[in-house]
Amino acid sequence: MQTKRTIFGNRVLPYALLLPQLAITCVFFLWPAGQAFRQSFLREDAFGFKTEFVWFENYGKLFVDPQYHNSLWVTVVFSIGVAVLSLVTALVLALAVERTLRTARAYTTLLVWPYAVAPAVAGILWWFLFNPTIGILPYALDMVGYDWNHRNSRVDAMILVIVAASWKQISYNFLFFVAGLAAIPHSLVEAAAIDGAGPLKRFFTIIFPMLSPTTFFLLVVNIVYAMFDTFAVIHATTEGGPAQSTNILVYKVFEDGFIGLNLGSSAAQSVVLMVIVVALTVIQFRWIERRVQY
Amino acid sequence: MSAIAIRGVRKNYGKTEVIHGVDIDIADGEFIVIVGPSGCGKSTLLRMVAGLETITEGTIEIGGRVVNRLEPGERDIAMVFQNYALYPHMSVFDNMAYGLKIAGLSKTDIRARVGKTAAMLQLEPFLDRKPRQLSGGQRQRVAMGRALVRDPAAFLLDEPLSNLDAKLRVQMRLEIKQLQQSVGTTALYVTHDQVEAMTLADRLVVMHDGVAEQIDTPMAVYARPATTFVAGFIGSPAMNMLPVEAAGNLGLTLANGRTVKPRDIRLPEKGRKAILGVRPEHIAPVSGANADLELDVVAVETLGADTLAHGRLAGAADGSGELVARLPGSTQVQPGDLLPLAIEPGMAHLFDAETGARLAELDLPAKAARAVKPLAEALNA
Repeated sequence: MQTKRTIFGNRVLPYALLLPQLAITCVFFLWPAGQAFRQSFLREDAFGFKTEFVWFENYGKLFVDPQYHNSLWVTVVFSIGVAVLSLVTALVLALAVERTLRTARAYTTLLVWPYAVAPAVAGILWWFLFNPTIGILPYALDMVGYDWNHRNSRVDAMILVIVAASWKQISYNFLFFVAGLAAIPHSLVEAAAIDGAGPLKRFFTIIFPMLSPTTFFLLVVNIVYAMFDTFAVIHATTEGGPAQSTNILVYKVFEDGFIGLNLGSSAAQSVVLMVIVVALTVIQFRWIERRVQY
Repeated sequence: MSAIAIRGVRKNYGKTEVIHGVDIDIADGEFIVIVGPSGCGKSTLLRMVAGLETITEGTIEIGGRVVNRLEPGERDIAMVFQNYALYPHMSVFDNMAYGLKIAGLSKTDIRARVGKTAAMLQLEPFLDRKPRQLSGGQRQRVAMGRALVRDPAAFLLDEPLSNLDAKLRVQMRLEIKQLQQSVGTTALYVTHDQVEAMTLADRLVVMHDGVAEQIDTPMAVYARPATTFVAGFIGSPAMNMLPVEAAGNLGLTLANGRTVKPRDIRLPEKGRKAILGVRPEHIAPVSGANADLELDVVAVETLGADTLAHGRLAGAADGSGELVARLPGSTQVQPGDLLPLAIEPGMAHLFDAETGARLAELDLPAKAARAVKPLAEALNA
């Protein structure tokens, strides 16, 4: 394979050019990760007077803790909920763009806006919309006989955080789906139409299989997003409640560490999360390379 | 009853009309080629027959049924696309079986029909492969197979050979013609390649700017082009066009002031402006006294069998009177030569100077037979 190679006359220059990137990686990634890793083997009292090396005790405790099991389960439900909701909605919207010709550009531009909204702001927005006292949606739900209260109901709370977290991710998925759909040769769909396939049949036998690499990529990205980037959404809406029902892993790290001041357990939890991210990334690279060739 | 009837079909995109009323009647089993330059509306017309474009005005009938409002899948047609449009995630077998599965055939029926078609196209060894594992020619065959297997009322082919290299194109051209003859299914074939058009067609439709300028057999289109456009489009190098003015008994006055009197054609009334068309292969070098016109040779192309002499009508003003002559390969010509040429009897075409339409009333009835003879010989050789 041909690669472009640049020959540097000066031996120091290439390292100097790499330095900013390496510095950022060290300061913001390697160093904190190392700190968390070290901390996960320590036990420290709440006031920081005494630190003790406890080997794997933090991990051992964690894996038998029913609250941690609950948090794991909540995370699974939440991630799948966010991934499915945002992917399906985005795909439907992207298909709609394909069908409208004249206003497609304006439509696309508008749909991309939510992605520019910060997660915390999105959380607050949905918190207002769903607020049992002043929100418009509970008011509407009340008219059809549903008593919405995410402060009491575990189900309501979960729906709220899933909707709030999915909302801005839809924009991201939408862009990828629009690009994916545009890459499908139009003649394929026409050939299927001539072969007698109706719109639904065409979608499930031609379009969706052709989109599968895009869909798989987005699935992984969305799960990673739901698991790690939704702290602000949870924090702005339910704060993990009621009764731990929306306390996802990443929020629990924060709660145990910074509210509960149990730094050892919090560090152990973040190391577990780190392992999950690495695993997901490996899956993504391994699978995507295989799946792109249909 | 005709297999396909296109009646007064028009197509608008917004306010622009791109097809201005086309009428074609296609008999059962006929191979019709629509030929024209890019942008002439030939693909649009085909896609309207297929149901991939809406019909603004007029009707299209397939097998005696008006199909204007039918979905593509309900029209009983099969189409071969320029890029083949094979489903990349399906094996060759599944590609060919897709339409049959949707039609609700049983597994054994599908297996039998795909097997038969694959045998006919020598695709059996590739049935389990994906399209990306096939060569261009094999993909083209699969696309043909996908159309054949459904046994439709008509094949629609949209420039199916233009993605192949020149050698393969000649081979596939022959294969398509033989296949169509063996299954006897009506075919509507779109191309911009005049050689493809001439060799494949039972009848040609020459389109230009959304109008079918001439619909006739390839030989008739060649021998009696209906317009200056058709005359220039069919035949290579293109027909020479010289503006002339009728001069009564003297013949026709050329741009250089001299007169020619082509034989075996009636002449227009004196004073009428016309365009004299002569194919490069129908002007022969003669001795000076018998010359109809003289070619001021500018460039010479030697093709082996033929030599093409490009130049200008001697004495014509700059920029006018472009002229090409196809001479026997042994002819010695050099740029700068003044070549005396004669128009072969009956090989002159006259067109209206304004509209470009053939002045058909001037053709002698005997001319057609004479025109066909040497060409038939050439084809047999």
